[in-house]
Amino acid sequence: MLAADDGARVIAGGQTLVPLMAMRLARPTRLIDIGRLADLSFVRKDEAAVSPSAIVIGAVTRQCVVERHPLVAAHVPLLARAMPWIGHAATRARGTIGGSLANADPAAEISLVAVTLDATLSYRAAAGVAEIAAADFFISAMVTALPSGACLTAVRFPVWQGRIGTGFHEVSTRRSDFAVASAAAQLVIDEGGVCRRLAIAVGAVTDVPVRLHAAEQALVDTRLNPSSIRVAVYDCVCEVETAGDLHASADYRRRAAAALAERAIIDAHEDAINSHAH
Amino acid sequence: MRTELNVNGSIQAVEVEPRTTLLDCLRDHLGLTGAHAGCEHGVCGACTVLIDGVAVRSCLIFAVQADDFAITTIEGLSPGPGELSIIQDAFCETHGLQCGYCTPAMILTAHALLAGNPAPTRDDIVEAISGNICRCTGYAQIVEAVALAAERMRGANVPPEATRGGAARGGAASSGAIRGGAAP
Repeated sequence: MLAADDGARVIAGGQTLVPLMAMRLARPTRLIDIGRLADLSFVRKDEAAVSPSAIVIGAVTRQCVVERHPLVAAHVPLLARAMPWIGHAATRARGTIGGSLANADPAAEISLVAVTLDATLSYRAAAGVAEIAAADFFISAMVTALPSGACLTAVRFPVWQGRIGTGFHEVSTRRSDFAVASAAAQLVIDEGGVCRRLAIAVGAVTDVPVRLHAAEQALVDTRLNPSSIRVAVYDCVCEVETAGDLHASADYRRRAAAALAERAIIDAHEDAINSHAH
Repeated sequence: MRTELNVNGSIQAVEVEPRTTLLDCLRDHLGLTGAHAGCEHGVCGACTVLIDGVAVRSCLIFAVQADDFAITTIEGLSPGPGELSIIQDAFCETHGLQCGYCTPAMILTAHALLAGNPAPTRDDIVEAISGNICRCTGYAQIVEAVALAAERMRGANVPPEATRGGAARGGAASSGAIRGGAAP
């Protein structure tokens, strides 16, 4: 059905698509409702091992389910931390993980976490099933690499081992409204307190979530301190071409992104210090 | 398209276009005008109804997607003709409404909150109603109303045997509490 009709769209929770339709920004000729496909609604470990290498979440798993799922809390704490920031309880009750990813709103928290953690997205097309890295999936605002006629089926979040900590911050005009800037960080420290692994990304400031690779490289294998974090983040965010609009100027977004990224790393560091190894 | 909706405990057959939202169906086809149309794109929260006990935006779900769910509107909360539920009564008592436009949605949102959390903190209440816009009261009395309702429901719902030393954990979350009936 999807392949036969260019104007057809897949609908799951409808929390992004239906507002777009209400504003006549989307005018699908046909809606294909996958919201009740039980096979696409699950949260599970990648394998049966005690410490899984990844957590796989079905595309139509509702956001409120992921928000409270013990596997997500235990193994993908950054995602668990970001979930309450998504919309409101009433939209998380219908909105799905895959729907948020497939819509690729620049301010979406799930997209930011997927890019931060190098998640892998699975989809099914006429040609069969395929996978794509989150970093390659988001092309522009509301534009993804998902082939025409394909349907997202699942997303796989890698599980980090060791003493990990997470941080997530965003600013918006109203509680849980669209972010004008956001930042997500996850890191691992060793017994000696040295940062061994770090992922930091900012969202809502450009068309797609951006990893701050230079800051990651500058900080890994060092003992984190507030000034080193600040220098690494600010140097890196200077290079990001932020977007300005009605809600916030490009300069504001750059300053906010830097401040939020700094706070996210500081929070993640404290979180790791206070946590026990996985 | 013909679809059957379970609204406030009764099955209603409706003939709607596929593009008809649940909100329009409730208001125009079933005469349940307590669900209010505000922004109609999921921002204001005025159209909130309960689907299987959970607060959702009825403007963001099509009527034909809502079959097989138990839909509750504000009309379904009243324990009897001319009577108010505990939450509705608390809103009156604390002056938790002025123009009333956001009120049915606020009450249903509060209902969903208290069903899962009989003793919410102020932060829990603020978080729960953060998706519902009120342009009259400034929210203070609404938060007060929800807290008062929570307190009354906790008190009202202790089954008689609990006062004699039995288990106090009754259906604080169930709609039985709202309807004012004694717990079984």
